Amino acid sequence: MDKSILPNDPINNLIRELSGLPGVGPKSAQRITYYLLRSSEAQVTSLADALITLKQKTKLCRICCNVSENDVCSICSNPNRNPALVLIVEQPQDIIALEHSGAYHGRYHVLHGSLSPTEGVGEGDLRIQELMNRLEDGAVQEVIIGTNPTREGETTALYLKTLISPLGIKVTRLARGLPYGSELEYADDTTLSNAFEGRQDF
Amino acid sequence: MATEKTYKTPGLIIKKTKLGEADRILTIFTPELGKIQGFAKSVRKPQSKLSGHLEMLTYSQLTLTKGRGLDTIIGSQNIDSFIDIKDDLYRVSYALYIAELIDYFTDEGTADKELFEHTIECLQHMGKTSHPMYLLRYFEMRMLTYTGFKPEINNCVICQKELDRTNLGGFAPSAGGMLCIDCREHSRHYGYFLSNSAYKSLRFLEECGIEDLESEVPDPDTISELEMLLRRYIRFVLEKDVRSIPWIDHLKRLSPTVLY
Repeated sequence: MDKSILPNDPINNLIRELSGLPGVGPKSAQRITYYLLRSSEAQVTSLADALITLKQKTKLCRICCNVSENDVCSICSNPNRNPALVLIVEQPQDIIALEHSGAYHGRYHVLHGSLSPTEGVGEGDLRIQELMNRLEDGAVQEVIIGTNPTREGETTALYLKTLISPLGIKVTRLARGLPYGSELEYADDTTLSNAFEGRQDF
Repeated sequence: MATEKTYKTPGLIIKKTKLGEADRILTIFTPELGKIQGFAKSVRKPQSKLSGHLEMLTYSQLTLTKGRGLDTIIGSQNIDSFIDIKDDLYRVSYALYIAELIDYFTDEGTADKELFEHTIECLQHMGKTSHPMYLLRYFEMRMLTYTGFKPEINNCVICQKELDRTNLGGFAPSAGGMLCIDCREHSRHYGYFLSNSAYKSLRFLEECGIEDLESEVPDPDTISELEMLLRRYIRFVLEKDVRSIPWIDHLKRLSPTVLY
């Protein structure tokens, strides 16, 4: 269905807007639209309010660039989180997964993407300058790179290492190897070679 | 498993696009089928058995099943992941540049076995060579030859006069190659200056094999000159910019000790 030929009435307007969302095709957009049309006014208003406040009441934490309601996010303002440790992640969603594990008690830095030269995403498109400013005062003793183990994530990790190492700050990388619940038989060469490099005393 | 609907092919992953929650569409360069697109289901989940075999710049034996639109990748086994380059920011970036060029210079469904073998050979060499920038020039020159865009460098493109170091006029991307001194004066094509050593290297790159490449490595200035020249020519052929070039230039500024 060519979206541009839809007439400009309220129903088709909403279908057009919804089908631009990730994972929502034209058919799902249609189904959601007609569902909303049948729902009560209060339900629709509360959804609309939630959408508007999402944009109006969130900003990026001025320290770690995570999404936050305040100038400084709840993690950066928590005195129990070790300020000498900074874990660098690609997306705010990564923090949710890491926090759920409960394994980390330092602070974060969100890059909002990864380097992808072939897609034209360069160093200026990520929050790297903010990170470098943050490392200037010497309070951070260890930077843990937690970018995804993909080609883009690895490129980003290598680039950050070349930037941060000269500052005399310890740079570590989250271990890359065999995922829990997987089978060795299906592992690829890169994963296996990483798993060997990262093997530990047992 | 091998029914009529499934087929196997070796392939190099040259591009990946996110789709939906956890899927990807991959652009794959293959020797027999040319460039193809494949649907990779759930590869962005950590439990995916295929994801490591379908990362950018991995060379794998793939099994696909024909679909109504896109073919779906159902199996993949690494042939070469070019492990030598994975810990080197510069070499990885150069390899990504190779992938981007291949994507631009190939068409879907048009096979080019020689170009495929050349690409794999260059990626394998990228981890070993002490002159990665020079290897890129070799890659470009051969790629242009295989795809039919080889610049004319032995004779003047306008008057066909044989060229040597006494009558070099310059390199004109819009004319498709070298100009002699006379034609450079009178032609509407702009000829970029080219040093004798760069000209000599260009002729060498046209003829040498990858194993002879390091027998005649020019100085870094000449390699830079070749880079600019081929970059202009490729820009002219493609009629668009190569996106990874600003990144490669950024890396060069970052480290004064970059390997040529």
